[in-house]
Amino acid sequence: MIFKGRVWKFGDDVDTDVIIPVQYTNGTDVKEMAEHCMEGLDPNFHSKVNTGDIIVGGNNFGCGSSREPAPLSIKGAGISCIIAKSFARIFYRNSFNIGLPLLECAEASNSIQEGDEIEVDLNLGIIINLSRGETLQAKPIPQFMQELIQDGGLIKHIAKQLKFS
Amino acid sequence: MGMTITEKILAAHSGKDAVSPGELINCEIDVIMGHDLSTPLAIHEIEAIGASKVFNPSSIVLVPDHFTPNKDIKAAENCKKMRLFAEQHAISHYYEVGEMGIAHALLPEKGLVLPGDLVIGGDSHTCTYGAVGAFSTGVGSTDLAAAMLTGQIWLKVPSSRKFVYHGSLQRWVEAKDLILYTIGDIGIDGATYEAMEFTGEVIGRLPMSGRFTMANMAIEAGAKNGIFEVDNITLEYLEHRAQRPYQIFQSDENAVYTEVKDYDVSAIEPQVACPHLPSNTKPVSQVGDINIDQVIIGSCTNGRIEDLRIAARVLRGYKAAPHLRLIIIPATQAVYRQALREGLLEIFLDANSVISTPTCGPCVGGHMGVLAKGERAISTTNRNFVGRMGHPQSEVYLSNPAVAAASAVKGRIAHPDEVVRHRGK
Repeated sequence: MIFKGRVWKFGDDVDTDVIIPVQYTNGTDVKEMAEHCMEGLDPNFHSKVNTGDIIVGGNNFGCGSSREPAPLSIKGAGISCIIAKSFARIFYRNSFNIGLPLLECAEASNSIQEGDEIEVDLNLGIIINLSRGETLQAKPIPQFMQELIQDGGLIKHIAKQLKFS
Repeated sequence: MGMTITEKILAAHSGKDAVSPGELINCEIDVIMGHDLSTPLAIHEIEAIGASKVFNPSSIVLVPDHFTPNKDIKAAENCKKMRLFAEQHAISHYYEVGEMGIAHALLPEKGLVLPGDLVIGGDSHTCTYGAVGAFSTGVGSTDLAAAMLTGQIWLKVPSSRKFVYHGSLQRWVEAKDLILYTIGDIGIDGATYEAMEFTGEVIGRLPMSGRFTMANMAIEAGAKNGIFEVDNITLEYLEHRAQRPYQIFQSDENAVYTEVKDYDVSAIEPQVACPHLPSNTKPVSQVGDINIDQVIIGSCTNGRIEDLRIAARVLRGYKAAPHLRLIIIPATQAVYRQALREGLLEIFLDANSVISTPTCGPCVGGHMGVLAKGERAISTTNRNFVGRMGHPQSEVYLSNPAVAAASAVKGRIAHPDEVVRHRGK
């Protein structure tokens, strides 16, 4: 899987309350969630993002609550994947479970700047910064997580096992 | 090689003799908890794939505790969805408003989570149940849906980090201060993906209420779970509650830890976590002159009867400062009733406080005490991120119940001695 897009850069400890405030978390409409994505840090984020764009964060991205609308709103806004130095664990699980891939790469987090165009090869964990002509290597995604992404998330993966569909 | 209590519980639930950190395992689940924010999305996913049966209805506990009593039509629809799901799948552990409480106080109180259990919940503070010697961790709605369908979950075995507390606690210093101090020391990603194991002579003397408070906030250091060993205090707590037999696990002497932290607690003052991170802690004496608009005493962190007794000790004979909203929320109906019996509610009413039915409401900025732009609260809850309790330009300070109560009287962040000494006791 290869993604290409513009980078939106964020710092350390981006928490789930700023990713999506609680009042927009009690529905199932992902489009509505997307309208409030990153509202706590940038109220206009949703209108600026184009489909395929990539978020680059710092340490501990997604810390805080277990609210799944956090990765859902990011995916719904059109973000194709998130690169960060590290992720909070529930956010990490939730993202792969809903089919939003994450890559851990400290070097990318340091060198990639807001507005850069980058290309990500998910299977190989290779990040190419097209704006700066740099190639970076992320931690490979565990095989199991790759299966989740290929199946379209955990529920579809389980449905396959349980033969519901 | 020895194993930690966390590793032993995970091994026992994955059919293995031993597990080691980093290993991906598939585990059988004993208890699955969902609330009114996480469960509707899980139900949506279950329905989307046409699954008609949950794996084991008696392992599922559903508690509408966040936006309840229904704060608006959307909340009402969500709770209705959850209630109908419970009926459809014969889930008997469904706790309606009027008999419910904040899940993380309610499940232990009802004896539904027990030593040696593997518990998952659709809420990040599910780590609270580690206080009874269980492995317990928070997940999102999709994991919750998958767990309800299969009775299993994949987990990565966490490495363990041990925290040992020595010495004796100063007056007004509580479990909340120990965990805030610890998070202040290691940072909000100080135990990411790890198990936090709490031990030492101070922990051995800590009542269950305090152990719940500490386990509850393990997630604020990024941990997967917080865990305590089972001792006589645990056994006494479980004696008339446990709804089924349980197994006690203990860490081996030669278990392996990423790090062992030793704290001498004797010098620790009550702590305050300043905006906007739970790790941004200071001793209360160093916080400075911070005026307060609202005080919250309650939540899954500090809404138990022991917490309310401490708040009442400070508030007795006083009123909340003019124009300050003091909101007190017993965590469960049983806590509410006990507070009534002990005369605590009268003390709170005399102090001009609002006493609410159990709800998570204000902690998440949901309802029952949302902050306006520029307002400031001190709260016994667990998070103070930007916008956590309302407007993105509001501020939340975290503290123990005594400091919150004293701050309500003074109208600014205050040490309990400023109020209680003043009374001449």
